[in-house]
Amino acid sequence: MSAVPVTTKKDWSSDQEVRWCPGCGDYSILTAMQLLMPELEVRREDTVFISGIGCAARFPYYMNTYGMHSIHGRSPAIATGLAMARPDLDVWVVGGDGDMLSIGGNHLIHALRRNINLTILLFNNQIYGLTKGQYSPTSEVGKVTKSTPMGSIDQPFNPISVALGAEATFVARTHDMDRGHMQEMFRRAHDHQGSAIVEVFQNCNVFNDGAFNAITKKDARDAMLINLTHGEPVRFGVDGERGVMIVDGTAKIVDVAEVGIDALHVHDETAPDPSVAFAISRLADDRESPTPVGVLRSVQRREYGESVSSQIAAAQDTKGPGDLHGLLRSLPTWDVS
Amino acid sequence: MTDTVDRADEVREVERIIIRFAGDSGDGMQLTGDRFTSASALFGNDLATLPEFPAEIRAPAGTLAGVSAFQVHISDHDITTPGDAPNVLVAMNPAALKADLHTLESGGTVIINSDAFEERNLAKAGYEHNPLEDNTLDGYTVITAPMTSLTKEACKDLGVKPRDAERSKNFFALGLVSWLYSRPEEPTMLWIQEKFKGRDLVIAANEAAYRAGNAFGETAELSASRMTVRPAQLPAGTYTNINGNTALSWGLIAASQQAGLPLFLGSYPITPASDILHELSKHKNFGVRTFQAEDEIAAVGSALGASYGGHIGITTTSGPGVALKGETLGLAVSLELPLVVIDIQRGGPSTGLPTKTEAADLMMAMYGRHGEAPMPIVAASSPADCFDAAIEAVRIALEYRTPVMLLSDGYLANGTEPWKLPDIDSLPSIDIEFASELNGVDSEGREVYWPYVRNDDLARPWAIPGTEALMHRIGGIEKQDGTGNISYDPANHEFMVRLREERILKIADKLPPLEVMGDDDADILVVGWGSTWGAITSAVGRLRSGGTKVASVHLRHLYPFAPNLGELLQRFDHVVVPEMNLGQLTKLLRAEFLVDAKAISKVSGQPFTAAELVTKIQEVAR
Ligand code: SF4
Repeated sequence: MSAVPVTTKKDWSSDQEVRWCPGCGDYSILTAMQLLMPELEVRREDTVFISGIGCAARFPYYMNTYGMHSIHGRSPAIATGLAMARPDLDVWVVGGDGDMLSIGGNHLIHALRRNINLTILLFNNQIYGLTKGQYSPTSEVGKVTKSTPMGSIDQPFNPISVALGAEATFVARTHDMDRGHMQEMFRRAHDHQGSAIVEVFQNCNVFNDGAFNAITKKDARDAMLINLTHGEPVRFGVDGERGVMIVDGTAKIVDVAEVGIDALHVHDETAPDPSVAFAISRLADDRESPTPVGVLRSVQRREYGESVSSQIAAAQDTKGPGDLHGLLRSLPTWDVS
Repeated sequence: MTDTVDRADEVREVERIIIRFAGDSGDGMQLTGDRFTSASALFGNDLATLPEFPAEIRAPAGTLAGVSAFQVHISDHDITTPGDAPNVLVAMNPAALKADLHTLESGGTVIINSDAFEERNLAKAGYEHNPLEDNTLDGYTVITAPMTSLTKEACKDLGVKPRDAERSKNFFALGLVSWLYSRPEEPTMLWIQEKFKGRDLVIAANEAAYRAGNAFGETAELSASRMTVRPAQLPAGTYTNINGNTALSWGLIAASQQAGLPLFLGSYPITPASDILHELSKHKNFGVRTFQAEDEIAAVGSALGASYGGHIGITTTSGPGVALKGETLGLAVSLELPLVVIDIQRGGPSTGLPTKTEAADLMMAMYGRHGEAPMPIVAASSPADCFDAAIEAVRIALEYRTPVMLLSDGYLANGTEPWKLPDIDSLPSIDIEFASELNGVDSEGREVYWPYVRNDDLARPWAIPGTEALMHRIGGIEKQDGTGNISYDPANHEFMVRLREERILKIADKLPPLEVMGDDDADILVVGWGSTWGAITSAVGRLRSGGTKVASVHLRHLYPFAPNLGELLQRFDHVVVPEMNLGQLTKLLRAEFLVDAKAISKVSGQPFTAAELVTKIQEVAR
């Protein structure tokens, strides 16, 4: 194999006109991705983006790679078949909160538990955009939308908790206002062997504008984003004055001055048991409280496609390559002359 | 047992025998029937089988709901059905007798495990009086054997616990029936040793039970009932006894070899299709990937994903599963990618009769999708034919880049027949090439790859991920022909809808013309599809030998139809269509060809018998 050719953002951009609403958070995610791809040392022809339905799902059209814009919710299933058949490919899955957590929730959790080599980007804008503004499975209780004129009565999913509950081996969160952080999360997810999911807080400026303002605006971030760094005490705040402790299995926000730095939880993304990561994911029930971002979990477990391939190899080792003539004679036979 | 074979002069020769083994689901009747069948196959008879089991894994023991039966028809000549009325009924308990006695021919033979005819079992079966003691069995030849106690007795000195010994009573029945109908003992003994390897007590008990059954026949002076069926004169070749699901699985593997592409099966367990998943899972050394998905939708989705990657994507299911896959099939139609959907039809709607056969998914195969979403439909006609039908479905899917529906049913899936093994060099070739070149020029004069440029068959190129320079995007949104770019243009949509229809209809151009069987100058044409082939063939044969002129034609392709079907239908005054539904093909024929086709319907969960068809066809002839 020759060396991977040097590329630029332009090489990774398709000739299709981008059709999201002006100001949509999806633009910054797309730019982050197109800028990142040349750095990943992969070939465009070996890269596939698969999506379902929704605003986010238009993503593959704009990447100059192989791509499939499929049907609502089914992208993890379609991508699973592709990744099983073609472990040589880099398969990305892109979708929104309605696509992946509502109609496609089942496929998402099963893809995650199997640990198939997919990099899943979940653009969470807490609303249905393409169908013009109904509440989604991540919308907060009380949300007034076209389909909930008296306020939503549904308990929302926390996508990170769902992913950890499904024992995903790589779980991260980022947001559309910070290109560097997005790229770091995308890169790590891509490099991970197995199913990796990144939740991206994404602003839908038409139907749910400012949903994440309280935590992602530049001047709010220090106080409201709990940046998780492997091996470091979990600390945040303008002067790092706040931190996270794990008390009886529950994550609690504390004043560092009060508890002392040694009492803070030291983030371990490689912990085999997902319980502590889950506890951390529960820190923010709404988008107005300090919210953890970064890699919550990154553990090694056998990748599904590898298991598939090794069973095939083992079968060929013990039985020899397939012999059709022999197969047809594998039940008792008799001759008529 | 050699001494009994020496007394072959006592054995009456008959052309054919139909035996029905019936008992509680826990009695092992499927296995008994299967062993009897295998021994008969190796003996050289032609045969056809009909296993029938309850939907419940363990229905309450002794009840009518728990009766499991296996019918086998063995013959010294070519046969195509498991027979009309059985000549022999083996009833292991009162429920089996109650459930199946009515199927027996009048004057037939009943073989009964008398140990099971005690008060509790009689009550569970709903008998007020013991049928062995009243006139229920008048007019039948009745052979009673205390099978349970004789089996226990035979196992007494082997160190087998009485409870375990009791489980071998089906081998007693097999031994007795094998003696009565002169089946060789050796294949069964070898099978027992192989199957229960390492479990010496089980082997000993089963062998002892078989021999005790055999000995019972001799000592009870049943010689008058002995019969044999000579080997059939089948065309020369190597044969195996095969059921439809196994043949279908092997056909898929063969197609994968012929095309030189790996097979990917995405499937979710469902009766009666699961055995294809089981079978293909055993053959990973052929490079077969099997994926037990989280649901029917993921099963078809994964198969489509694999097809996108250049594998042969297959999904297997039954009717309810096809309903769930519908949306993905619409996508597959729009993407124009190969995919084979295999529907092993069963009684519906809903859970319906999951273990019984029906062929009522034809309209769903034809129209069960949103929008205009044509899919070719291929149907298998006999257990062994599932092999060829599978190859044909894969061929069409690959060559025309389209999802294909392959219809089988519960009867074909589980029924068996001897199959003359094909010469693998004579299997149809499937030549597929992936796209490797740019094929268009954009508005700025650059060479580009367009995914929806078409060949003479109107199939688009198949460029798989990993192919340098051919990166492109496809999706379910309407696209412009040629470039594949998203297009909401009204004229383009009209063009594409018509094009998708046309390209599937065009498949017919290369299909072989249908051949009429029987009398070309008959007034009546019997049109069949699917598993009715056996009963139709047998019925038409009987009618013709009785002097009635009749012709028949059997459809492999339900969509598009073979090119000469319309012309052929016009040639006959009467067109009758036996179907295990309420007339679905009949409606299609009437709509397509304006002929007065009439349905002969059966929806009881059981296949047609030839006798039923003879009567129905005669009614038309009159
Ligand atoms: S509706 Fe919202 S999410 Fe969709 S493109 Fe417009 S701004 Fe973006």
